[in-house]
Amino acid sequence: MAVAATTETGARSWRAGRRPSVPSWLGTVPFLAYVAIFLLWPTGIVVVDAFKNPNGAWAFSNFTELFNPLVRGYFIGSFKLCVFSSIVGSVLGAILAYAIASGDPDGVVRRLYLSASGVLGQFGGVTLAFAFLVLVGPVGLLFHASWYFDFPWGIGLIYIYFEIPLMVLVFLPAIDGVRVQWREASENLGSSAWQYWRYVGGPLLMPAFLGGALLLFAAALSAYATIQAWENQVAYVVPQQISTALSSEVGLSNVNVADLLALGMVILMAIVMTGYALLQRRAARWLR
Amino acid sequence: MAAVTALNETPATSAGRPRGMQARRRRRLNIFRYVVFTVLGLFFVLPLLGLLRFSLEGTKLGTWSGTAWRQIASYQNTGIPPLQSAIEITLELAVITCAVMLVLLVPTMIWVRLKVRWLERTIEFLCLLPLTIPAIVLVVGLGPIYNKIQHFSLSSLMLFWIYVVLALPYAYRALAAGLSAIDVTTLSEAARSLGASWFTVIVRVIAPNMRQGILNAVLLSWATVFGEFTIAYLLLYTNLQVELYSISRNTPNAGVLFSTSFAALIFTFVLLLILSYVGRIRRGRG
Repeated sequence: MAVAATTETGARSWRAGRRPSVPSWLGTVPFLAYVAIFLLWPTGIVVVDAFKNPNGAWAFSNFTELFNPLVRGYFIGSFKLCVFSSIVGSVLGAILAYAIASGDPDGVVRRLYLSASGVLGQFGGVTLAFAFLVLVGPVGLLFHASWYFDFPWGIGLIYIYFEIPLMVLVFLPAIDGVRVQWREASENLGSSAWQYWRYVGGPLLMPAFLGGALLLFAAALSAYATIQAWENQVAYVVPQQISTALSSEVGLSNVNVADLLALGMVILMAIVMTGYALLQRRAARWLR
Repeated sequence: MAAVTALNETPATSAGRPRGMQARRRRRLNIFRYVVFTVLGLFFVLPLLGLLRFSLEGTKLGTWSGTAWRQIASYQNTGIPPLQSAIEITLELAVITCAVMLVLLVPTMIWVRLKVRWLERTIEFLCLLPLTIPAIVLVVGLGPIYNKIQHFSLSSLMLFWIYVVLALPYAYRALAAGLSAIDVTTLSEAARSLGASWFTVIVRVIAPNMRQGILNAVLLSWATVFGEFTIAYLLLYTNLQVELYSISRNTPNAGVLFSTSFAALIFTFVLLLILSYVGRIRRGRG
């Protein structure tokens, strides 16, 4: 549809060599409309409804409910889990990325780990919780971890499983971008290995590393399927509480709880992802 | 910080050409690499092996049996739809989502690159936005919209509307990489001066040249659809993941859970692996 419509006008303007009578941005309208309906509109609904009470009247005081101890508890829970899993995940992921990058760029190992990262970083969900349940859960094959159902640790371990591959995918391009010549140059100037990493390699990679860690934080924050399959009786984190609020009407009175929690998550995500974008831009200055 | 210290222990270049490296350093690097690959490889593989072992569990603990694998086609439990229908729906959703994503995104991205460059940043921002808005947030706002969709159709296939949005960031990045690898302007000018219409330029000239990017976009969208749980579950639809979750609520140790999970994971994994090799062979020839 879009292509056909723009094709006509584009062709005419090309041949006539003058300004098109129909502006060429019209070709992007189908895409923009789709995104507006299925991405911007739902987000808008969340933001607007967060400031309304269930009867549909405006209630701007809702916002203070974000600081209600009950609500705050879920955010603190989310925060604990995300910090724990993203720190461990980013460190291990960076180490793995370095091990991959220092090998043959066309080798089997690299290919295998990259493909596996592509799948495992995506395929969290319910399946992952099953896999860990049968490995270290109460009936586990490997051992029966007594802490499997403890809040940040058990679920944190599961989150790390998909965070390491994500970190590999994000951090590998940065490591690949470090040139041999920089190392050689600093060695020619008499630097030790420590000095090279302290003054050249480390500072170059640090923005990419921190950016990756923030991305993992965001991924852990928005994950829902895994923790729901891990424990569906107690709500520990914000996403679980959103789903509870969606499927039942109990909770804070006179507030659209789900919308409010969702808005809180949007704000948190916006902060984290802005930080990520800034760090990535900083990282891109040197690499490539 | 810790990563830097860890890297520091085994200093080496990362370009993958250890030829100029001192032998001692290379040896230490290799030991480090094998330790990392082994330890983390075990961490990745063991849960999958656990799944596999449990999928082959007989009625008594410790025995072996293929029942769970045969059940995939026929499993049914009271109160939930049959497993087979959930698998079919998920496969159909994956196909529809990939098709819609390609039709929507490929022409738009090429067109923007050629004619409306000032919109490039906006499109990129919009495509990457779903990374910032978690599915659990989207689903809260999607309620009213899906109410309207359900006036027209109650089918679970209607999930594709939102799955396209979920796949956007991954598809966009794959396509953007494919697009920047070719000289779009020259190709289109050559085609145009030979009298091609814009449709021909986009569909028959540029798109075939970014085949690898399109392939990656399709695979990533595929993986997204296969792993999706949140939106389907909270909008009360049934896809594969929701089905598995429901089964696990009814019968926590049903072997079919593990066989289906494992099959789905391996299916996607093998697809990705094969296609990453296909991409390399093509590059090698070209």
